[in-house]
Amino acid sequence: MSNTFPSLLLSHASSRGQATALREKDYGIWKSYSWTDVVNLSSKIAAGLHCQGIQKGEQLIIVGNNRPRLYACLLAAQSLGVIPVPLYSDAVSAEYLFPIQNASVRFCIAEDQEQVDKLLDLEVSYSGLKHIYFDDPRGLGNYHNEKVCSLDSLIFSGDSFLQTQPDFFQSSIASLNAQDTAAIFYTSGTTGVPKGVVHTHQSLIDRAKAGQTFDRLSEKEEVLAYLPLAWIGQNIFSYAQWLVCGYTVNCPESSETISIDMREIGPTYYFAPPRIFESMLTSITIKMEDANALKRKLYSYFIHFAARVGQSIMNAQPVSLKDRLIYGIGDLCVYGPLRNILGLSRVRVAYTAGEAIGPDLFNFFRSIGVNLKQLYGSTETAVFVCLQPDSQAKSDTVGIACAGVELQINEQGEVLVRSPGLFKEYYKNQEASTEVLDAEGWYHTRDAGFIDAQGHLKIIDRVKDVGRIGAGQFKGALFAPKYIENKLKFFPFVKEAVAFGDARQSVCCFINIDFEAVGNWAERRSLAYAGYTDLSQLEQVRELVLSCVEKVNFDLSQDTSLTGSQISRFLILPKELDADEGELTRTNKVRRNFIAEKYALLVHALYSELSEQFFETQVKFEDGQVGRVSALLKITDACLYPPQGRTTEITRTTASAQAS
Amino acid sequence: MTQPEVTQNLPSTLLSVDNINLRFGGVYALKDVSFDVKEGEIRSIIGPNGAGKSSMLNCINGVYTPSSGSITFKGHTFDHTGPRVMAQLGIARTFQNLALFKGMTVLENLMTGRNQKIKSNLFLQAIRVGAALSEEIAHRQVVEEIIDFLEIQAYRKSLVHQLPYGLQKRVDLGRALAMEPDLLLLDEPMAGMNMEEKQDMCRFILDIRENYGATIVLIEHDMGVVMDISDRVVVLDYGRKIGDGLPSEVRKNEDVIRAYLGNS
Repeated sequence: MSNTFPSLLLSHASSRGQATALREKDYGIWKSYSWTDVVNLSSKIAAGLHCQGIQKGEQLIIVGNNRPRLYACLLAAQSLGVIPVPLYSDAVSAEYLFPIQNASVRFCIAEDQEQVDKLLDLEVSYSGLKHIYFDDPRGLGNYHNEKVCSLDSLIFSGDSFLQTQPDFFQSSIASLNAQDTAAIFYTSGTTGVPKGVVHTHQSLIDRAKAGQTFDRLSEKEEVLAYLPLAWIGQNIFSYAQWLVCGYTVNCPESSETISIDMREIGPTYYFAPPRIFESMLTSITIKMEDANALKRKLYSYFIHFAARVGQSIMNAQPVSLKDRLIYGIGDLCVYGPLRNILGLSRVRVAYTAGEAIGPDLFNFFRSIGVNLKQLYGSTETAVFVCLQPDSQAKSDTVGIACAGVELQINEQGEVLVRSPGLFKEYYKNQEASTEVLDAEGWYHTRDAGFIDAQGHLKIIDRVKDVGRIGAGQFKGALFAPKYIENKLKFFPFVKEAVAFGDARQSVCCFINIDFEAVGNWAERRSLAYAGYTDLSQLEQVRELVLSCVEKVNFDLSQDTSLTGSQISRFLILPKELDADEGELTRTNKVRRNFIAEKYALLVHALYSELSEQFFETQVKFEDGQVGRVSALLKITDACLYPPQGRTTEITRTTASAQAS
Repeated sequence: MTQPEVTQNLPSTLLSVDNINLRFGGVYALKDVSFDVKEGEIRSIIGPNGAGKSSMLNCINGVYTPSSGSITFKGHTFDHTGPRVMAQLGIARTFQNLALFKGMTVLENLMTGRNQKIKSNLFLQAIRVGAALSEEIAHRQVVEEIIDFLEIQAYRKSLVHQLPYGLQKRVDLGRALAMEPDLLLLDEPMAGMNMEEKQDMCRFILDIRENYGATIVLIEHDMGVVMDISDRVVVLDYGRKIGDGLPSEVRKNEDVIRAYLGNS
């Protein structure tokens, strides 16, 4: 029965041993490892580790990037019943201490000198680390530490052990159980100590299979393994599904060559967080600006055309023959070459997840013929909870519950998940485990969301940030600040937004314009301005932002549960929110409460009937000098749409009308 | 060209420069300069602008013919020679102002460094058959190892002129390394670089000695770098040698201080 990862490996090796399992670009050439090669390599590593006295149930730390030999180490560990714990290779040494100390780890596999150094740095605080094996020997020639050995030497010793016990690997695998722990993944944990998420073979394999069935993945897929090995997504896409489907995983040459390697491989199954798609679009836009006039015209015409019909074609909706014909020509001249340049030519299924993706960005890729979809999941759920079917991809949902998943929204609006792919527990952290896993087996995601009319799950915010409208017509309606702010930020003119509304009668917000985008916009209209503050308060800019806000309101009115969150009043801040002043976190997330306190006067004005408010604040410049910004800020009322977007009944109340 | 004659030399001395004079018309670029380079060391040549540092390198690798004096490399003594002979003997160099083929890719530039070692004839190379093909594969392997060593995989197929300056410097170094030299002459490898690029380059220079076993003669203006990575330092001023020794000795040398800081 192939119910553990090593047994899946053996079954591929016996049924199609010569097929390519892994590829790695090394010295400029793609080198292939067949399934048989992987078995040989893993069995030697397993035997080597066994000779060094590693015990079943013990943890093995693996630090490094996607390298075939590290994949073999994962398999070797699992075949011995040892639990591999991949850690982020870009983390600092101190971050390794907790996972290593917590489990009294003795064995580590490190990719190169950098990782070996970080592990050796831990010696001062933890002396239990006895064996460090490195893959790449570069720079390690002069290390005379008995703990540090090459992976080659381990493989060599394993090889000689296998001479005496040739069926060691197979018999060790036969004794494994699907309920055994397959791996532990540490989640960053914004507060407190990181949590080790324990997954069994069964949970990971079950989810990998659910994804396989959903997207009809076969052994012919090509996958590029370029995201961190320690991240569950990478593990599912290039390890669990690799072994379940038996496709080929390709390891890029280095982190800088990913885009080149991607074009060479042409993956058919692809995952990337939104920021990667964003950088692809940016690189296209920049290159198109340098192209000649004919190419620019062609590009502009066909991209606009695609924006109109491309989505419908992707979603298998009826499209006129003429439009199909023009799209075909566009595909030949623009879309096809674009996909080729990005390495997306062969992509059959592409996923994005992790953060909200802007509709323009999402639609761009779908309209040029990339089957980009969204999914929902986390480390605790082994990724696959919700997936978008091919013809139902939308930028603001995360799809329908996939096979085996039960979804429930509790009274706080929190999404609860029950699935065979749920994690077993947090390693040595019973308290945290019971906090999120209840007695009936529901996992509390801490995400707030709801299921829309088409049955798609829509995630709106973290539960702790979600509030309720406190009074008026929509009393008790959901208020999801981040959802509203993200919707505003998808407009290029809006850099930041801060929404208020919890326990208040309506939603109001602060807006930060994007200096570059709005500046360009103003220049093209010959509007004069003296600087950021001046630009932000221009009448025309206010109109521009108003149109963005009203579009957001229209979108919100489409959802019955969010229609009460429409923005009734807003103002444009005269200065940019800044991490140096504590208004943003270092990762550029708005600190809503801090801002509400600092700008209490303005918040008060928003919820009064004032149409303008004088405001002065202190700003710190980068050289440490302190200056003052002052402006008379106009407060603008936006029109609110009735639920379901019946546009005929628009009610717009202006400040002046209210004042009179 | 005179035939190199073999003289008795201590095995640890790879290169020795004896009483070199170099004159352009009435101007002395180098005046009676002598020093030696031991096998496996990093030897720096420092001095103010116009001190004759680059001229010294040009004499060593045969671009300039000294007016008098001799150069002994691997036991062969020359009073005059040519760059090709010196290259064949195992001397490679990089240039202060870069000497790369700007319209060619990084890979092609590095392959030119293998030129000395290619045996097959031009015709066979052009049609890429038989021995020429297998030879190209072998040379490509060497070049790929250098690309890996210098961490320029992402730029393999980029045209050199499109690369930032710091990277071009690295490619220049790579091209010299492709010759698998015994003696590597580096002419201001860190000029125009920022702190981080300089640190990288220092690392590469130290690693070259360790991994490739090359002896290095280095011209550099950044005193911090010179004092950190050199085994011994020669100081030139107006074509004359005014100091020679360990970095710590040179730093205390009165003449050197005067040359750098002026008379007080």
